[in-house]
Amino acid sequence: MNFTKTIMTTASAALISSAAFAGGHMSMEMTIVSWGGAYSASQLKAYHEPYSAKTGVTILNDDSSSTAVAQLRAMNEANNITWDVVDVEAAPAMQLCDEGLALEIDPDTMLAPAPDGTPASEDFGDMLVSECFIPQIVYSTTFGYRTDLVGDTPPDNVCAVFDTKTYPGKRSLFSVPINQMEWALLCDGVAKSDIYDVLATEEGQDRALAKLDTIKDDVIWVSSGSDTPQLLADGEVIMGATYNGRLFSLIEEQKQPVAMIWDGQVMDLDGWIIPAGLSPERQARALDYVMFATDTQRLADQAKYISYGPARASSAPLVGKHADLGIDMAPHMPTAPENLSRAFLMNYDFWADYRDDLDAKFQAWLAK
Amino acid sequence: MVNSSPNSILLSADGTPLKKSLSRSLRQQKIRALLLISPLLIFILVAFIMPIVSMLSRSVENDLVSQTLPATVSAIQSWDALSGELPDELVYKAFAQDIQNAAKAKVHTKVALRLNYEKSGIASLFKKTARKAKKWDIETDGPFKEKLIKVHKGWGEVEVWQTIKTHSPRYTSGYFLNAVDMRKTVEGADFQPEDKTILIKLFQRTLIMSLIITFSCILLGYPVAWLLANLPMRQANLLMILVLLPFWTSLLVRTSAWKVMLQQQGVINDILVQLSLVSDDARLIMINNEIGTIVAMTHILLPFMILPMYSVMQTIPPSYLRAAKSLGATNWTAFWRVYFPQSIPGIGAGSILVFILAIGYYITPEIVGGTKGVFISNRIAYHILKSLNWGLAAALGTILLVAVLILYWTYDKIVGIDNVKLGG
Amino acid sequence: MAKDSQAEAFVRFNRVQKSYDGETLVVKDLNLEIPKGEFLTMLGPSGSGKTTCLMMLAGFETATHGDIMLNGVSINNIPPHKRGIGMVFQNYALFPHMTVAENLSFPLEVRKLEKSVREEKVARALDMVEMGGFKGRRPAQLSGGQQQRIALARALVFEPELVLMDEPLGALDKQLREKMQFEITALAHRLGITVVYVTHDQTEALTMSDRVAVFNDGRIQQLATPDQLYEEPENSFVAQFIGENNTLNGVVKELKSGIATVKLDSGDIIDCKPVNVSEVGERTQVSIRPERVELNKSKLPKKAHTLTAEVLEFIYMGDTFRTRLKVAGNEDFIVKTRNSSNQVRLTPGENVEIGWSPECCRALDA
Ligand SMILES: Nc1ncnc2c1ncn2[C@@H]1O[C@H](COP(=O)(O)OP(=O)(O)O)[C@@H](O)[C@H]1O
Ligand SMILES: [Mg+2]
Repeated sequence: MNFTKTIMTTASAALISSAAFAGGHMSMEMTIVSWGGAYSASQLKAYHEPYSAKTGVTILNDDSSSTAVAQLRAMNEANNITWDVVDVEAAPAMQLCDEGLALEIDPDTMLAPAPDGTPASEDFGDMLVSECFIPQIVYSTTFGYRTDLVGDTPPDNVCAVFDTKTYPGKRSLFSVPINQMEWALLCDGVAKSDIYDVLATEEGQDRALAKLDTIKDDVIWVSSGSDTPQLLADGEVIMGATYNGRLFSLIEEQKQPVAMIWDGQVMDLDGWIIPAGLSPERQARALDYVMFATDTQRLADQAKYISYGPARASSAPLVGKHADLGIDMAPHMPTAPENLSRAFLMNYDFWADYRDDLDAKFQAWLAK
Repeated sequence: MVNSSPNSILLSADGTPLKKSLSRSLRQQKIRALLLISPLLIFILVAFIMPIVSMLSRSVENDLVSQTLPATVSAIQSWDALSGELPDELVYKAFAQDIQNAAKAKVHTKVALRLNYEKSGIASLFKKTARKAKKWDIETDGPFKEKLIKVHKGWGEVEVWQTIKTHSPRYTSGYFLNAVDMRKTVEGADFQPEDKTILIKLFQRTLIMSLIITFSCILLGYPVAWLLANLPMRQANLLMILVLLPFWTSLLVRTSAWKVMLQQQGVINDILVQLSLVSDDARLIMINNEIGTIVAMTHILLPFMILPMYSVMQTIPPSYLRAAKSLGATNWTAFWRVYFPQSIPGIGAGSILVFILAIGYYITPEIVGGTKGVFISNRIAYHILKSLNWGLAAALGTILLVAVLILYWTYDKIVGIDNVKLGG
Repeated sequence: MAKDSQAEAFVRFNRVQKSYDGETLVVKDLNLEIPKGEFLTMLGPSGSGKTTCLMMLAGFETATHGDIMLNGVSINNIPPHKRGIGMVFQNYALFPHMTVAENLSFPLEVRKLEKSVREEKVARALDMVEMGGFKGRRPAQLSGGQQQRIALARALVFEPELVLMDEPLGALDKQLREKMQFEITALAHRLGITVVYVTHDQTEALTMSDRVAVFNDGRIQQLATPDQLYEEPENSFVAQFIGENNTLNGVVKELKSGIATVKLDSGDIIDCKPVNVSEVGERTQVSIRPERVELNKSKLPKKAHTLTAEVLEFIYMGDTFRTRLKVAGNEDFIVKTRNSSNQVRLTPGENVEIGWSPECCRALDA
């Protein structure tokens, strides 16, 4: 009895002292979680550096966004939340919000209005897909191809991926059902508007896998957004899917012989959430940061470094030239009118329901 | 006077049984020893045993459903799930109450996610219902059967209620069944439909490939360890640094380097094409498949094979080989009959180490394994990090743990665990 | 015992040199002939090159220069396993993973003998070393002496004509060592094998061998029978190394008719037998065995020189008396006398006259 008591006291003393220690640091530090790479670099330039200059707060980066939901859940279970602001896609943001792991946001009081006074809720508009989600950018998953390896008729349609006759060679796809199943149905003749209805049926799922079967041996299956740019650069694949910003960097910054297929791009949102359960002091700072980082000018600034579209209507006219290359960024945005017209919108609710089931099927199919 | 028959207990000088006084005299020592190791013991308990216990309990725990939907769970017990009929109003009302409470407490998505693993569609069904249910007055707004079915036609499906009933007990075998490509249904355990079976295959692949990796490590590591043990000090030290070098570079860098080496436009293929050993349009596929995983993991795990082998070989005096040769054995016979048997403990230790590490690896297979070279650990990582199905991940982990223990036990039976040496 | 004729030489080292590092010679110009059936011991301090010589003979080291001949054939290019030489190692090198019987059977197996023959030979060899009951044991389950016997049996079981032993008794206690010394020599003579035996223990060398080769600094200092070595050391190293010895330093004054007259550094004049001094004026180290010093003047030959010595210490040792004297400036001059009824017991502080017959006093290199 005494023994356990001693242990408990020691352990709690240790916890308290470490908390006190952490607290001491927190006053000037915050941990912001994001995706790493060029994306984090653009946030550093556009948001973190000006914010630190303005407030003196030191920003610690943690590149854990790809596993944010799992980690926030674990932190919540352990009752020790170490993150202040987290960059996530729309679907995880919804899930975190539903589970009460993210703070609910009132856009009109907590986010900056547009310079002309338009309230944030109007300025962000449809992008506010969840009560906890603070939209930041619009990105898309789409295809790039090697201009020197596809012959005389460069592909302009996403279905070129399934056309191994005209475009022989390897292509890279993500080894997950999301996007690949949609593209397969789209190229099997299903109308854009019917895709999710078809995919909700067994037959539709089999149909998508059957379509993917036709190119299975020609595909290098990848798991990370950095794989396809590397494979394209090495000439390992002639075309492959990744995020449009990665392709932009490959084409314009690294000057690789690669071009984009905007057709069939699947648009998604990325933004911030603030973990629920922060101390009032930390929460206040997180909100202050978010208010700063998502104002009209800041969102427009990020587009100087990476080709993702700002999520505010008022930022679009302010998108200028690339910070180093000096090229006009507007046409490289997934939201540019001619790109947008060919886009495909992901259905978050469908994937919330079917992700586990289809992932099991997809993995079983891959392993066959 | 104690009766001292031939097999009576030995007594010490003061008449207490010898065993007793011996154990008393040792107790003090034992207590002191225990106190000395107690920090370590506590550390091991907290850092090692607790996660395993928590994993074991997570793999069978299922209180989410009964905690979030307590009224529904108790009401649904009287419903005959196999009748083909929907449950009666009582169950619907209980559910309406439960989902309202859950929605207010924001805990409905967790249980929705839990049940969605079993039946797709429940996630959105719960979510939509929760949104509506927040505004209901449970006392006056009934009957809820029609109301719920109106909110979502899913509430008119027997399978939804079957799923809730099947997965309502506080402890479940469901995760373990899932882990071996089966599922828990209202009629009992059943096989997964064939287009969803993957885990058994992955278990098999993990075991087979780990064995292959272990054998490649033995083949490559043995000569290196032998050289290490037999070269003069200075060269041996240099070689040792080379062996340990991989530990000083990050796992990701090493694995990515293999990509550059093995891919179709990679270094090895380029050389082979240049030497005209393969033609340019038939470049070998050595990455994003089993070969990639085996090559990269053999490289990464090699030091774990070499080090125990080396430390055992170091203790084998060269005079044994000389003795064998002086007795008329050729170099090969001397090696095979005299040196090799004595180095087996090192092979055993290295193999156990490499095999156990291999079986749990996931980063390298993820990067270079493509779809044919991934392991069960990749699935565990997926379920922990992405699908958040921690129960299934725990069940998979438990099976892996048991598999390792069985292998360890088999090894002990065949070779003998005393025949494992990590050093002289 | 020594048979030196070339025709009979069974083992022959011919101008053999060995260097491990290319800088220093560990074995310098070794010439040695061993006739068949001889028990030859290489004796010398640690590091003098004995093991190296043995390893060259066994084939585990190659000679840097020179020839090693076995039965008149150069074996420089014959690998160890074809030389058919039995070997007993210092730590026995019994294979730990094999039983005693398997250890003994090993050389027979590699010679592809049939099972029945093997079993019979193993049994015979074990009986020979009185270890018949230990067939099934592992080496770790045997005592040091038992392991030694098994190692011996294993080296003999395939009936080699030549057996090499490198300090085989080094790890045993004194009593066991003496017992084994006797057994090994008896066995060697009974089987008629040739043995090259290495030790740094002079008693072992003297009691066991037909001939002893005294090694120092990579050279054979003297090759002779045990009694010759003791009685007639050819240089001061051998004299010092074998047995107890008194030394006095001086200069040769006169060399005449087998007598060297030496003027010691103290000024005293003594007569000696010239062993390796050749010129008048040469410096020399004079060596006299403690038991050859005479305290009783009447027992000395007529013209023998005598010296005056001061008694420093008297030690009673039962069968002998040891007296430490100061002689010609040397304070460690020992005299050994037998404990006989008329033997005088000297007291420290006393002055005595000592002397010796000139043939017991050897003038060696300085
Ligand atoms: N393998 C070797 N490499 C280098 N030097 C050696 C080796 N073996 C022996 N020596 C050196 O050779 C000399 C003679 O050694 P050794 O023959 O073992 O002497 P002994 O057996 O008389 O003690 C020693 O100075 C020793 O350091
Ligand atoms: Mg030696």
